[in-house]
Amino acid sequence: MERVPVLKIGDILLVSIQDDMEDQVALQLQEDLADRIVATGSHGVIIDISALDIVDSFVGRTLATIAGVSKVLDAETVVVGMRPAVAITLVELGLSLPGIRTALNVELGMEMLARQRAAEEDLGIDEGEDDEPAVTVP
Amino acid sequence: MALSSDEGSRFADLLKGHEEAVGAAWTEQIAATLRGRLSHAELQRQTTELQKGFQSALAGGAQDIGDDAAAELRAQLSDLSSARARQGFTANETAISVFALKDAVLKVLDNGDPNVLRDYVAFSAFIDRAGLFTFDSYVRAREELIADQAEQLLELSTPVVKLWDGVVAVPLVGTLDSARAQVVMERLLQTLVDTGSPYAIIDITGVPAVDTQVAQHILKTVVAARLMGADCIISGIRPQIAQTIVALGIEFGDIATKSSLADALRHVIRLTGTKRQER
Repeated sequence: MERVPVLKIGDILLVSIQDDMEDQVALQLQEDLADRIVATGSHGVIIDISALDIVDSFVGRTLATIAGVSKVLDAETVVVGMRPAVAITLVELGLSLPGIRTALNVELGMEMLARQRAAEEDLGIDEGEDDEPAVTVP
Repeated sequence: MALSSDEGSRFADLLKGHEEAVGAAWTEQIAATLRGRLSHAELQRQTTELQKGFQSALAGGAQDIGDDAAAELRAQLSDLSSARARQGFTANETAISVFALKDAVLKVLDNGDPNVLRDYVAFSAFIDRAGLFTFDSYVRAREELIADQAEQLLELSTPVVKLWDGVVAVPLVGTLDSARAQVVMERLLQTLVDTGSPYAIIDITGVPAVDTQVAQHILKTVVAARLMGADCIISGIRPQIAQTIVALGIEFGDIATKSSLADALRHVIRLTGTKRQER
């Protein structure tokens, strides 16, 4: 059975779906990604669907599930590169893919993740500032 | 009433025998109706060609304008009518160009002979059919012209312009119906992909009225853009339109709406600015 490759770039996992996915492949991807997030300790997942002509309700739900699973594993998911025709069809069908964050292309997706990460780390440091000596004193 | 083959061949002979006279009379007739909007030489060329077309169709045994033998004549007639349609002649003037052949033929006929007159009735039925065919082609040519123009208008009226780095705008002008909304939506989304712009401003200053259907189209566009990862701002909402929107109970939800394009641009620049600072 064919699999969708999962690439690691920095602390981001990149998945580029090249072919219309069958249900089995989508489920396999969902499992693979969860394993890889844990194995690599990544904090972001980018799923590129720019090659997909069709996104049906099943693929939509799988994407939402992946986003949910990675969220639990402390990784943000961004779906990038959705084609206009796909977006129009989804809107006409009334599927608005709730719970999925989107960006226009991989570059903007990575920017989005980096920004999010930076914001979270800022918060982390803010919390740490209360016991500053513990951080600065070696 | 179809032309019998005897009548057809007699007609063809008649056209051949009085070629010059018929041609001249025909051209004269048409020239009178067109009132000098087409040069005499041009008309003469057209009538000579048509006359040959009629002649060969009839000699080939065509009994009706729909026959195989008349295929060439049909092609000539439809060329003539589409040319006339494009040059702005009326349907009447175009059809008369063909019907004038009847008068031209009558002039060269020997009126005394009742057989000749019977033939003439048959000829004129054939010419009537040809004239109706011309009329049909004329209407078709005009309809094509209108369809072409509508398409061009559609393209003209929906430009997507780049306003700033990562910001595109669609200034909508005129009534937004389903077909136009579809074109706008597709073009906007495609531009978002092509330019990689994460922000789009839909400016509805030029939209005369917003009803539930128009609002529905705009909302769909915004949701589709969101799905693709871009944010839409609606601008140019005039006071009356704001009132109708509220009166109709249309909910724009969490979509940003601004009263002017400038406000919308400022809003977007502020958003991109804060993002830059965060980085």
